[in-house]
Amino acid sequence: MSNNIYLYILVMAVVTYLIRLIPLTLIRKEIKNKYIKSFLYYVPFVTLAVMTFPAILDSTANRWSALGGFIVAVILAYRGQSLFNVSLLACVSVFLIELITY
Amino acid sequence: MNDNIVHWKNGIKDGIPICLGYFAVSFTFGIMAKNAGLTPFQAVFMSLTNLTSAGQFAALGLIGVSSTYIEMAVTQLILNLRYCLMSCSISQKLDSKKAFLHRFLVAYGVTDEIFGVSVCKAGTLNPFYNYGLMSAAVPGWTFGTLLGVLSGSILPERIISALSIAIYGMFLAIIFPPARGNKLLACIILISMLMSLLFAKLPVFSHVSAGFKIIILTLLIAGIAALLFPIKEEDEEETEDFGQCVAPALEKGGAE
Repeated sequence: MSNNIYLYILVMAVVTYLIRLIPLTLIRKEIKNKYIKSFLYYVPFVTLAVMTFPAILDSTANRWSALGGFIVAVILAYRGQSLFNVSLLACVSVFLIELITY
Repeated sequence: MNDNIVHWKNGIKDGIPICLGYFAVSFTFGIMAKNAGLTPFQAVFMSLTNLTSAGQFAALGLIGVSSTYIEMAVTQLILNLRYCLMSCSISQKLDSKKAFLHRFLVAYGVTDEIFGVSVCKAGTLNPFYNYGLMSAAVPGWTFGTLLGVLSGSILPERIISALSIAIYGMFLAIIFPPARGNKLLACIILISMLMSLLFAKLPVFSHVSAGFKIIILTLLIAGIAALLFPIKEEDEEETEDFGQCVAPALEKGGAE
């Protein structure tokens, strides 16, 4: 089995790289179609929202610290704090809540 | 040239939360890779060449059961197909005056997080900004993997747990500010989260992989939103389509 690990890794890397590369190299012209442009405009919001929730609630050691971190992040993000501040303070909240609760 | 360096530096700055989040996730990956029988070099090599979380975790499982290479390829394709959508968005935004070769390098760093940060940057995207993000993210990912394999006990569990939320905090900081003055965007974000919760909880969808869930929901929700609420003409011109979106969050602390 161990002989093949590098081949496995190579297969993975090639497939993953091609998925990333093909649209970047083949779809270069500015898209004029209004529908597709609108679609691409909405993509990041939907994708990031879907990836964040509910996964964020299972990201830490316990549900309560995650919930606390989530609430802190939502409030700070809504108030327009920087990426760094929101991330770091969410981490700090999780740490403190876990320190208190167990 | 100088301009490129400024973009690169900004990228590094915005990439720090990605680095922290990656560190926490890849540390866990490293521990699991060790348990799956990979050497430290193999684990780091995998992280460096793949730079994808779900794909790599799944790969450990497949290597463990000695799956075929075809199975490995198909699994990676399904789990990582979402990068295809992300690359489409980045491709539209990338400065077309920059050399074609840049696209090959930018492609290497298309991850959920790098996509999220770069695509919401105002104006056209300078590849050097992406290189800056990668300069922070890739070391976080590979170094975390290495430490995870070498020893599962260097970092206390509490720290790992706290760092694990970093990436999600960052995502929220990206999508919330532009939604504040925009009811439509706020609604779309809320619907996306609710649908995601539904997918996670309903037994019917329990077999859908996380990567596929993202693709299905993105196609569905962004597709319907684009049909019902196409963006206005003014936004279409110039590069403002993604514009504004996160400029405040990324630059200072963004009062709107």
